[in-house]
Amino acid sequence: MRVLVIEDDLEVASYIGQGLREAGHTSDHAADGKDGLFMAASETYDALIVDRMLPGLDGLSIIRTLRASGNVTPALILSALGEVDDRVEGLQAGGDDYLVKPFAFSELTARLEALARRSGPETPRETTLMVDDLELDLLKRAVRRGDTVLDIKPTEFRLLEYLMRHAGQVVTRTMLLEAVWDYHFDPQTNVIDVHISRLRGKIDKDFDRPLLHTIRGAGYRLGEG
Amino acid sequence: MRAERLPATDSASPRPPALRLWRSSTFQFAALYMAIFAASVLILLGLVYWTTAGFMARQTDDTIEIEIAGLEEQYRQRGLGGLADVISDRARTDPDGSSIYLFATPDYRPLAGNLDEWPSLTADVEGWLDFSRTDAGGNEIPARARLFLLRGGLHLLVGRDIRELVRTEALIRRGIIWGLGLSVALGLLGGLLMSRRMNQRIEVINKASRDIMAGDLSRRIPERGTGDEFDELSGQLNSMLDRIEDLMQGVRHVADNVAHDLRTPLTRMRTRLEMLRARTATQTSDAEVEDCIADADQLLATFNALLRIARIESGGRTLRSNNVALNRLIRDVADMYQALAEDRDIELVAEAPELVIQGDRDLLFQALINLVDNAVKYTPDGGSVQLGVVKEDGQICVEVRDTGPGIPDEYKSRVARRFFRLDDSRSQPGSGLGLSLVAAVADQHQARLEFADGDPGLIVRLHFPTTGPLLA
Repeated sequence: MRVLVIEDDLEVASYIGQGLREAGHTSDHAADGKDGLFMAASETYDALIVDRMLPGLDGLSIIRTLRASGNVTPALILSALGEVDDRVEGLQAGGDDYLVKPFAFSELTARLEALARRSGPETPRETTLMVDDLELDLLKRAVRRGDTVLDIKPTEFRLLEYLMRHAGQVVTRTMLLEAVWDYHFDPQTNVIDVHISRLRGKIDKDFDRPLLHTIRGAGYRLGEG
Repeated sequence: MRAERLPATDSASPRPPALRLWRSSTFQFAALYMAIFAASVLILLGLVYWTTAGFMARQTDDTIEIEIAGLEEQYRQRGLGGLADVISDRARTDPDGSSIYLFATPDYRPLAGNLDEWPSLTADVEGWLDFSRTDAGGNEIPARARLFLLRGGLHLLVGRDIRELVRTEALIRRGIIWGLGLSVALGLLGGLLMSRRMNQRIEVINKASRDIMAGDLSRRIPERGTGDEFDELSGQLNSMLDRIEDLMQGVRHVADNVAHDLRTPLTRMRTRLEMLRARTATQTSDAEVEDCIADADQLLATFNALLRIARIESGGRTLRSNNVALNRLIRDVADMYQALAEDRDIELVAEAPELVIQGDRDLLFQALINLVDNAVKYTPDGGSVQLGVVKEDGQICVEVRDTGPGIPDEYKSRVARRFFRLDDSRSQPGSGLGLSLVAAVADQHQARLEFADGDPGLIVRLHFPTTGPLLA
């Protein structure tokens, strides 16, 4: 994946660059808004990481300008501001995702990968999701593993649907919160973990191959191995 | 903050009106002014009394002295007989009977004059005597006279009718009493009116101050534009409020800067740790790094919560006020905590009728999450947590009830302070900011946060206003 990082804090930028390299991606860096816009418009990237507050031209203006010119490269906005309104504003400007500094690096890569996947060729709207022998029927709201029909509660169903749509990818707790619960809030204790362990108890417990894996320090991944 | 504000509201509760009036310093000033005023009226009237009635009395005495001088002259020229004649003559010719004469024998038998008998009273050392005589109609008439003992033991009384004098004196005395009474009454009335007027103006300032203390920092004290001292005071207070608002904005600015400046190095530290973990292979160092990352996360979470509360409290976060379906909110909260509660064998019940309030759903959700999280955290296994909505006196009240240890009364007003934790709860994970955030959210929604005893357990209530301006 080729990523453009538009970030005025050089240290943050170098960390992001280093992290991306270690995760097997390549990255370019622009240190101010004008350079960033120029590079984003003239080269082809799989994703953009744009800091919101930049010298020259702010992050939202860059994205707005790109979108206005028909450039749909997925963009992840970085910001030190963390309020809901800022987030809404960022997404309205054409950003695809919003991440508040400071973030865990795993959070950034997880989101980047989800973004890059989303921008891929539009898959026809499926009615069933399949991961290995786990099958989720979106119409009947039913879940089966092999021949066993599983009794899944609504919250668990939404969790599983999101995990299956991002099968093979690392999904962070925050991503789950945003996708499954329609509220912007800070969870207090390990509520998410409890829900996941419930779900795991249903889809993995009586089966040989576990599908739902915990990725330490990052989140969860659904898929084989 | 909320808890600290409460005593102030208590002391503002109405006192008995009479006591309140007396404690009003305007009224005290007015009363003092009235006392001084009454004293000056008293002095003034006293002066009038002295100059009029006193003058009349002196005039009477002078007249008597002149008469005596005239009689003395006659007596010297014509002797006792002549004196008796003159007296008889004068008594007869005195048309209104205002002069009184009596010439009497040593044993006080009248010889001549217009007085029927010698007064039974004794005179003072100078020979003056105040007495009263009975006129033809039987009326008591006051008189004043001077007595002499003449040669041969004969007595002479020369006096005057002082009806007028007595009447005038009485009149002036009545005037003084009335005047004094009226001036005291008017002074009291004026004092009352004045203190009421002053109080009204002060109340305007008080009301604005209360609104400001309640969180409406943009509120200012209205000025009349008359440039009087109250206007001046209001102006000064307003400039002070401007300054405070500036400072608060400064604090918010600092908070933002802190967020930007301190969270960034924390990010880096966490990222470094993540990378370190990726590179290290040994089991032990891995666990150590894991702990470091967890600590960093804890720091960041506390920091974020603190900033969030500060933002909500200072009104920096613009509330997105919408219709929020309380029943849906409560169902979602319960749905989120159901699994956690079941794991601990806690019965989590959520019941709510269809109710809509005005507010920010994200913040309200967060507040409820914090409350339910606490309830589940402190309720022993096998207990119960109830989440519900009560509508009482037109107020909507969201209630979270648990069967945990509750909060001792002495801590109830303090639990919502930042980093306040009960000793028993220190072993539990948590930052001590959860309830502060609830209080901040409640404040922004003009809701009252109440901690009550559930016997056993704790009841936390959020009383939402149903009418009036819901959001500042």
